[in-house]
Amino acid sequence: MISKYRVIRAVKATLIHIFLLTVTITCLFPLFWMARSALMSNKTIFTDKSLIPAEIHFDNFVKAWTQGQFGMYSLNSLIYTFSVVIGIVVISSLAAYAFSRLEFPGKNFFFYMFVMAMMIPLPGSFVPLTVLMTKLGFINSSYPFVRQLGYVLCMINVGLSLSILLLKTFFDKMPPDLEDAARIDGCSKLGIWRHVALPLARPAIAVIVIFNALNVWNEYILAMLLLNDIPNHPTIMPIQRGLMVFQGTYLADYPLLMAGLTIAAVPIILVYLLMQKHIIKGLSSGAVVG
Amino acid sequence: MSLALKSKFSLPNLRDHLESFAFVLPAVLIFCIFYIVPFYEIFKLSLQEWDGISLSRSYIGFENFKELLVDQGWWRSMWNAAYITLVALTFQNALAFALALACDQEIFMKGVYRVIFFIPPVLSEVVVGLIWSWILYSGMQDGQHIGLLNTALEKIGFSNLITNWLSNPKTVLTCIAVVHSWKGFGWGFIMFLAGLQTIDRQLYEAARVDGAGSLSVFKNVTVPMMLPVIVVVMILTILGAMQAFVLILTLAGSSGLGDYTAVPVTKILAAMTGQNRYGYACAMGVNFGMILIAVSFVLKKMSEQMKQA
Repeated sequence: MISKYRVIRAVKATLIHIFLLTVTITCLFPLFWMARSALMSNKTIFTDKSLIPAEIHFDNFVKAWTQGQFGMYSLNSLIYTFSVVIGIVVISSLAAYAFSRLEFPGKNFFFYMFVMAMMIPLPGSFVPLTVLMTKLGFINSSYPFVRQLGYVLCMINVGLSLSILLLKTFFDKMPPDLEDAARIDGCSKLGIWRHVALPLARPAIAVIVIFNALNVWNEYILAMLLLNDIPNHPTIMPIQRGLMVFQGTYLADYPLLMAGLTIAAVPIILVYLLMQKHIIKGLSSGAVVG
Repeated sequence: MSLALKSKFSLPNLRDHLESFAFVLPAVLIFCIFYIVPFYEIFKLSLQEWDGISLSRSYIGFENFKELLVDQGWWRSMWNAAYITLVALTFQNALAFALALACDQEIFMKGVYRVIFFIPPVLSEVVVGLIWSWILYSGMQDGQHIGLLNTALEKIGFSNLITNWLSNPKTVLTCIAVVHSWKGFGWGFIMFLAGLQTIDRQLYEAARVDGAGSLSVFKNVTVPMMLPVIVVVMILTILGAMQAFVLILTLAGSSGLGDYTAVPVTKILAAMTGQNRYGYACAMGVNFGMILIAVSFVLKKMSEQMKQA
């Protein structure tokens, strides 16, 4: 015999699933549509309205990769992402370790400086930043490397405050026994940071790596303001900037544009799927702390 | 006392402090150059008239701010951003909260949903904007609609709803707000879900034993317990939506529909790169930043009062 209670529960569960599935489709369908359009030609896109195209064309990807310079853009984005993330991990873990464990005058002042920076929204700070970068010679340098370095330094600064805060909270909770043991064994401060603190902080560093990597890969506005190509040099633009240039050049060629978007979106989705545990854990802990 | 002072500044101690300070030095240096200097400069520049090139900058006091107060375009852009924010606060956050409530129970495939809902937030604004500009595309070929939305509307018999979504002043801002919400709800969902999972299950049971219905449990247990998370999500939603900019660039085009799609950030960029009015652009930034801080502050205070009540 089926009780009334069980029927109500089954109906409720079904309704919840319909709701969740609808949202799931809404999330995934635009991405499917992007990939589907990328596989069509500039002619069939106007005639073939089916979900799965009758003819499949891969040439958009080839064309985007070569003519659209997506190979270069992706490589540039990879370089920026690696440099910024490595920079942030080293610099922020050094600072966070000192704020948590070492003593020096002005410690609290400097720490609260970083905390304040996160709380004050400063829209439009890109105006004086651009002025400064021009003055320092980063923006108009005739060496591509200098221009890239300027962008990397700015992006390190963008991720620095939050990373320091996250790592300091982590170090504060870490038991000091191992560090004490290392100190008694004659390990220097730098040695303790390198051989004891950093390995123990691996979970927190994973969160920092992922969030900053996503942030750099997806960044657009500073790349637009700070990175201009030098004539007769290979492009120094990252992929988001490249997408906008690409869209401007091939305005009406939607299949080609969708191929470019797919090239930009797929790596990030793959990284996310591989790392989703860390990402969701990082965000969740942020929510509970906040 | 004098002994303590002495030992504090003795040589080995000084060396020790310097060594420790060296740990924070790279962070402090980068922070000073790329944050403090622009921070100081934005206030200084906002009181000047400068074209970005010439060597002379003239101090003009609060002239930029006076001009800003009566700049119709500026306030219009603020309202546009406020509209996007309002949609994000209501539609996006309500959806996120409902999804979090649904996933807070023991249901099948919970983990899969959680992973999928966070895909839009990890995509870049450029990618999201350009995908949606293709879905909302209103171009026609041989009398047939090409964009997905218009084609679909025609197929299911709602031809009267078909419009040029992104070039119709009446629909473009709503489209931008909806796409912004599509990109953002997954992030609110994760935050809300994390908050819901920290609520002690015994509280729910106790309320049920006392005879409270679902709605009453929601009102008297869930919402009060979630208040801190709700406030954080609201503040971050406001900061994100007010400063949304790349979506507008990609959906409405770089020039957009003029005043219909302008938001403060596009205005600041236009003043800077379009009109070469660096001082005015900085005044806009300062003005906008203060409004954002004031709004977050009021929200924080309100939530504290609600907590006490």
